[in-house]
Amino acid sequence: MGFIETQNVTFSYGTGESEAPNNVLTDITMKIEKGEFVALLGHNGSGKSTLAKHFNAMLLPSGGKVYVDSMDTLDESLKYQIRRKAGLVLQNPDNQLVASIVEEDVAFGPENLGVPSEEIRVRVDEALKAVGMYEHRSHAPHKLSGGQKQRVAIAGILAMEPDCIILDEPTAMLDPQGRTEVLDTIRKLNREKGITVVLITHYMDEAVLADRVVVMDDGKILIEGTPKEVFSQVELLKNHSLDVPQATELIWRLRQAGFDFPGDILFEDECVSVLEKALEGR
Amino acid sequence: MALLELRDVTYIYGDNTPFRSVAVDHVSLSIEEGEYIGVIGHTGSGKSTLIQQFNGLLRPTSGQVLLRGKDIWAEPKKIRSVRFAVGMVFQYPEHQLFEETVLRDIAFGPKNMGLSEQEAEERARAAAGFVGLREELLEKSPFELSGGEKRRVAIAGVIAMDPDVLILDEPTAGLDPSGRNLLLNQIEKYHQERKNTVLLVSHSMEDIAKAADRLLVMNHGKVELFEDTKSVFLKEEQLEKIGLRVPQITKIMRSLYDRGIPVDPGALTVDEAIDALVPLLKGGERR
Repeated sequence: MGFIETQNVTFSYGTGESEAPNNVLTDITMKIEKGEFVALLGHNGSGKSTLAKHFNAMLLPSGGKVYVDSMDTLDESLKYQIRRKAGLVLQNPDNQLVASIVEEDVAFGPENLGVPSEEIRVRVDEALKAVGMYEHRSHAPHKLSGGQKQRVAIAGILAMEPDCIILDEPTAMLDPQGRTEVLDTIRKLNREKGITVVLITHYMDEAVLADRVVVMDDGKILIEGTPKEVFSQVELLKNHSLDVPQATELIWRLRQAGFDFPGDILFEDECVSVLEKALEGR
Repeated sequence: MALLELRDVTYIYGDNTPFRSVAVDHVSLSIEEGEYIGVIGHTGSGKSTLIQQFNGLLRPTSGQVLLRGKDIWAEPKKIRSVRFAVGMVFQYPEHQLFEETVLRDIAFGPKNMGLSEQEAEERARAAAGFVGLREELLEKSPFELSGGEKRRVAIAGVIAMDPDVLILDEPTAGLDPSGRNLLLNQIEKYHQERKNTVLLVSHSMEDIAKAADRLLVMNHGKVELFEDTKSVFLKEEQLEKIGLRVPQITKIMRSLYDRGIPVDPGALTVDEAIDALVPLLKGGERR
């Protein structure tokens, strides 16, 4: 069984009897393995955030089942255990930080879980080191940059020792430097600590870093696969209000113009090297 | 005469307190009528504080802000008229919608300026058209709309006041790629037709590269660069040092240029890159 598994999940907001059910999610069956880094894409309103909130029992399916580490999210008695397994980081760091000192903020989660205080100390230090914010442990969160705040928010989740972190557009409000900091942190946690990552993003250059990309459209899974498999479907993505990285777009358009290039270019350096090769010996 | 001018403007938060911090540090610059200016800088570089000087939301600690050569603070009681001439769209403006219908929400600004109900409504309809809101949405509650539509309602509310200068602080944050492109295209179209001045603050270098003619780069409260877009993005090392980036396409073209391929290292869009590469690739095939 996958670490997170959804079976024919359907979800609709509003339960008024007169209203026809307006499905936000329709018949979603998917699996996320332990240690995987999955990017979840889709236009605004495609259902991707709604789906991600099912992964830690923030929302419960109207139909079908969601299992987190084999625990059924519909089982009310497992709710807190599930949330401990899978923590959620949101878009706006200012809405997530609660304390006036960084390390107190990170300690808030484990304190709520009733972790003994000596252990909290250890967990907070480790979490802050893991996100590269240990030096700022006694600072006031409101004085940090956006990227730093978001890393503190991630540390707050880490201190609860989850197996999985779900991030809902964590870089939407950040400057380029902040985006890099957060992305590097996420990748490091995934690779070095084996934490399962679910990243929701509108930035295609972030999605290409994942092991697997899942594209949502109109409450259903439109396409999923490795970044190379998904981003080679340029036309399909564009028809569904999505984009591809500029490197991919450039090569795709040259292919359309009749030039012979590989169809799965994702990164700058790949793009530069195929172009250089084609132009060699002119 | 410049449309907007800052003369040695400094803005200090919490002056005379232990929390004193200089957000804008002796900035002088001028902006001409009809320019489309991109404003970039890392978080905390002072760009948001700076743009709030332009419409008198913040009053400089020292220095002068001039609109058409007139100090906007010469008569502080008239600062309201400056806010009608310099319209500001804040981050996440959809959080500020409050009226019962979309049309009334957009008409709120012009009514506040003292226009009649009818004039305000005409302005609102025109503004809704500019941002691409469909007619049938106008009688709906703003809260029934999607995120992208709400954002456009909020922008229309500022456009309806017909300001000479339109300042947008991260108007595309949180929108999906097609919403982002749609909004930027509409702002561009409005700018072309109205010949107004636009200041666009954004963290997306790709968006900025497509939209702006000239870039104001802020760093530590000072102006780092204020040059045309291409020459700013040619300074990749300098930008990276202050936490900024160049668009991916510019990076690609720059790398090709560095490898001896005769392309413009400052190409800003995929279109430009295609135009440069296609003739080279064709030439290569012939030989």
